[in-house]
Amino acid sequence: MASPFPHSRCACTRSGRRDAAPRLLVNTRTALLPPPRIGNMKLELRGITKRFGALVANDHISLTVEPGEIHCLLGENGAGKSTLMNVLYGLYQADEGEVLLDGEVQHFSGPGDAMAAGIGMVHQHFMLIPVFTVAENVMLGHEATKTGGVLDLDAAREQVREISARFGFHVDPDALVETLPVGVQQRVEIIKALSRDAKVLVFDEPTAVLTPQETDELMAIMRQLRDAGTSIVFITHKLREVREVADRITVIRLGKVVGEASPEASTTELASMMVGRAVDLSVDKEPPRLGEPVLVVDGLSVADATGQVHVDDVSFEVRAGEVLAIAGVQGNGQTELTEALLGLQPHVKGSITLDGREIVKRGVRKILDAGVGFVPEDRTEDGLVAEFTIAENLMLNRSTGEPFVRFGNLQLGFRDDFAREKTKEFDIRAQGIDSLAGRLSGGNQQKVVLARELSRDLRLLVAAQPTRGLDVGSIEFVHSRIIQTRDAGIPVIVVSTELDEVSALADRIAVMYRGKIVGIVPGDTPREVLGLMMAGETPAGAGEAA
Amino acid sequence: MSAETQAPAAETSNGAVAVARAAVVSWKAPIAFGVFALLALVLFVLNPRAEAETGFRLSTGRDFIQIPDLIVPAFVTGVIVTIALFAIALWSAILVRQRRKTPLWVVIVFAVLFMVGFLAWAAAGETVPVPGLLIGTVSLSVPLIFGAMAGVISERGGVVNIAIEGQLLSGAFTSALIASVTNNPYLGLLGAAIAGLLVSFVLGAFAVKYFVDQIIVGVVLNVLVIGLTSFLYSKVLQADAATLNSPERFARIDIPVLSGIPIIGPVLFSQTIIVYVMYVAVAVIAFALFKTRWGLRLRSVGEHPTAADTVGINVAATRFWNVSLGGAIAGFGGAYFTLGSVGAFQKEMTAGMGFIALAAVIFGKWHPVKATLAALLFGFATNLKNVLGVIGSPVPSEFMLMLPYIVTVFAVAGLVGVSRAPAADGKPYIKS
Repeated sequence: MASPFPHSRCACTRSGRRDAAPRLLVNTRTALLPPPRIGNMKLELRGITKRFGALVANDHISLTVEPGEIHCLLGENGAGKSTLMNVLYGLYQADEGEVLLDGEVQHFSGPGDAMAAGIGMVHQHFMLIPVFTVAENVMLGHEATKTGGVLDLDAAREQVREISARFGFHVDPDALVETLPVGVQQRVEIIKALSRDAKVLVFDEPTAVLTPQETDELMAIMRQLRDAGTSIVFITHKLREVREVADRITVIRLGKVVGEASPEASTTELASMMVGRAVDLSVDKEPPRLGEPVLVVDGLSVADATGQVHVDDVSFEVRAGEVLAIAGVQGNGQTELTEALLGLQPHVKGSITLDGREIVKRGVRKILDAGVGFVPEDRTEDGLVAEFTIAENLMLNRSTGEPFVRFGNLQLGFRDDFAREKTKEFDIRAQGIDSLAGRLSGGNQQKVVLARELSRDLRLLVAAQPTRGLDVGSIEFVHSRIIQTRDAGIPVIVVSTELDEVSALADRIAVMYRGKIVGIVPGDTPREVLGLMMAGETPAGAGEAA
Repeated sequence: MSAETQAPAAETSNGAVAVARAAVVSWKAPIAFGVFALLALVLFVLNPRAEAETGFRLSTGRDFIQIPDLIVPAFVTGVIVTIALFAIALWSAILVRQRRKTPLWVVIVFAVLFMVGFLAWAAAGETVPVPGLLIGTVSLSVPLIFGAMAGVISERGGVVNIAIEGQLLSGAFTSALIASVTNNPYLGLLGAAIAGLLVSFVLGAFAVKYFVDQIIVGVVLNVLVIGLTSFLYSKVLQADAATLNSPERFARIDIPVLSGIPIIGPVLFSQTIIVYVMYVAVAVIAFALFKTRWGLRLRSVGEHPTAADTVGINVAATRFWNVSLGGAIAGFGGAYFTLGSVGAFQKEMTAGMGFIALAAVIFGKWHPVKATLAALLFGFATNLKNVLGVIGSPVPSEFMLMLPYIVTVFAVAGLVGVSRAPAADGKPYIKS
C-alpha cells in the first residue's frame, strides 16, 4: 500500500473526521438547490403474511409509503421488520398478501425483479464484495459492457462520480471496498441502489455500525434523498433516530402492525408501543462502592498473525464494585482486547494483572480458574455449543473437576439438578434442560451464558456486547444482573457499541478508537462528547476519571 | 456470519495501518535461504565431485542458430554459487531486521542460482541438455496447467474442485478411445472435454444443488473415475488395443521464425496443438476473469454469494456452469496424456497430477497466470528428476522422486507469502 491512508483526500474517511461539521453544511447547501427529481413511487404492502414453520414472522402486515416521505418501521429485534423487507425485496416469497407499486400488483421472484421495479435496499450487513472496487460493486449485476462482454469500467466510474457528486458523498470509484471506513461503505450501498434508479429505498438498521456523527450524516443524506423525491423506508429499533428523521412511523410487534405513531410522540410512548407495556429505559443503580483495583492492564498491545496491531498500548484499571464500559464503534480493537483478557489472543505484549497476579500467557483454563467470567460478543458462535443441551452448556467451562466431574465421569445427576436450579433462577424459558441451546431465542441463549458465568466464584466479569440483538425484556434482565454483579463487589467490564447501554451501565467509560483508548471519562459524560471521542478526538480534561 | 464480521474487519485493518506496522515480521525467507545455502555449502564445496567440468547444452540439433555447449568448472561454480547464496540469505536477514519484506525476484534469483549450482555439481562430468530439460518441463506441465485453470475457475466461483484428477483421467481415457475408433484426434479432444464436463456435472449437482460437502464429492468422484477407467481399460481397451487404444498422436507444429529462436524456440513454439490451445486458454482466462462481465460475476459468487444474490445474480446457476466449464477444460487437458505425449491410455496415468494442479492453484493465489507459473515449477521439478535419472546423479533416485512433492509442500506452505482464497470458497450457498 503506497500510503497508509489511500483515500485520505476523501473528507469522509476517519482521518477526515474533523471535517464532519463543515461538510454537513455543504450537504445542506446542496440540498437547498432544487435537487434533481429521482422519481416518485408509492409503495403499498397489503396483508403480507410470512410463516417459517410454526412461526408467523409477518401476520397480515399492511403499510403504505407515500412518495417522498421517510417512513419508519419501528420494532424490537425479532419483531419481523427484516422479514417484511426481504419479502418486499424479493428475497422471500410471501405466503399471503401483495406488494403494490403505484397501485399495480407486483410479483417478485427474486431481488432482480424488485430492483427492476425500482426498489433499492441498503442492507444491515453490507452486500458489498470487499475485494472489489467501488465501481465494480456498483456495476455488479447490471454491468455496462463493450463488445464481447468486456466491462466498461469507465462508464461505471463515471456513474459513481456523478451520483457521488450529486449527494456530496466523496467516494473514490477505484477504492477497494475493504479499505473504506464503514460509513463510506454504506454510501457505496446507497450509490449502488441509486445507480439502478431506485425510487423506493429501504434502509435496514443502517445505524448499527455507525458513530453518532456518521449517524447524523446518514440522517442528512436520507432527508436529501427524500427531498429529491425518493420514498424511504427506515427500519430501526432506535427511538431517538425515529423521532429525528421520520415523517411517519409504523410500529410492529411480534409480526403485527400495532399502529401508527407521530414523530412528535415521546420516547416513552414509542417504547411502550414497541414493547407492548410501559418500559423503564433507565437502569436503577446506586452510586458505586469502590474497592481496591482488581484488574490492572498496563501497556497492553495485541497483534494478529499478520502483524496488524489491533490493540495498541492500552492501560487502565478496574476497581471492585464498578462497571467500566468500553465504548467505540465496532472493530476498533474491543474484540481483541476482551479476548486478550481471557487469554484467547496469541500475540500479546504488556501486562494484565488480576488481584496482583500476572495473567498474560497463563492460558485460558488458568485465567478462568482465577475467576474471570466471560460473556462473548457472539453468543451463538463463541458463547454456546448450539448442538448441546442447556444442561451441557451450563457446565461447559467446569468440565475439569468436581463437582461436575468425578474420576473422569460426568456427574449427570448433579449437572441436571444444577441446570434446573439455574434455569429457574435466570428465568430461562425452554421446554426443559434437555432443549438444544441452538433452538432458544437470543434472550434465553444469553441467559444461559450469564447463568454459567455468574454461577462461578468470579473476581471479574467481562461482558462483550451483552445485549446485542436482544428484545427489551431480555435487555432489562441482563442489565439488572450486571448491576447486581457490580453491587456484589465484582468489577465488571462491559463492551458496547450502543451509547444508550454504555450510559445506562457505566460508572466510567473508556472509549476505544483504532486500538487505542482515547480517554477514560465519567459515566455521565454527554453523548456528544462520547461521539467525538468515538471518532478519535481526545476530550478536554480526559483522563481525570482514570 | 462472514457478512457480519467483514465490515468491522475491514475497518480494523484500515485503522491498524495507521497505528503501527507489523510487530510480527516473518523470518521464513531468510531461514529457508539459510538452509539451502548450507545445503549448497555441504554439497558443492565440502563434497566436490571428482569430475572437473560440467557441460550445459544450449541448442537442439534442429535449431536455426546453434550455440556451442557451455563448459564450466564444477567446483569453482559451486563455490561461487554458494557464496552468492549466503550473500542473499544475509541480505534477506538484514531486510527482515529492518522490518521489510524480501521481494519475490530475490526468491527467483536465489532459486535459479541454486539450480545452476546444483546442476553443475550433480551433472559433473556430463552434459546437461538445457533445452531438453525445459521442453520436458512444458510437456509435464500441460495437464497441470489445464487442471489448474479448471481449479481457478471453479474456486473463484466458490466451489472447491478436488475432482480435477478425475476430470483429467476421464479426459485421457475418452480421448484415447474416441481418437482410436474415429481415427481423428480432434474428435478425441472434443470427447475429452465432454468427459470432463460430465464428471463436473456430478460435482456441480451435488455441491451446488444438494449442498453435499464439496471435498467429499470430489474425492469420491476421483475414486469413481479411477475405478471406472481402470475397469474399462482391463476389460475393453486391452482386449483390442490395436483398434481401441492406439490413437493417432498430434504432430508437433513449428511456428515459423519463433521456433528458430535458441532455447525458447524449441521449448515454446514447436509443440502440439494442445499446447497452443493452452497458451490461448491461459491468456483468455486471465483477461476474462478480471475484465469481463463473466469474470466479475464469477468472482462475486465466490467472494460473497449473498451480495451477488441481492443484485439479481443467480448464484447456483453461475456456480454450476462454471464448475462445468472448469471440468471441460480439465478434461481437455487430460487428452494431452494420450494424444500429446504417451500415445495410449494406461491405468491411473494421471498419477496424482490433479492434486498437484490443485496445489498450483493455491500456490498461484487463484490467479490464472501465477497458477500457470506454479504448475511450470512443479513440472520442472518432475522433469529434473527424469533428466538427472538419465545422466546419472550422485543423489539417490528415491530422493529425486520426492523432489516434485517437496517443492509442492514448500510452495503451498507459504514461502511466497500468504494466499488468500476467495472468501466463500468451499461454502455452499443455502438460501434461507
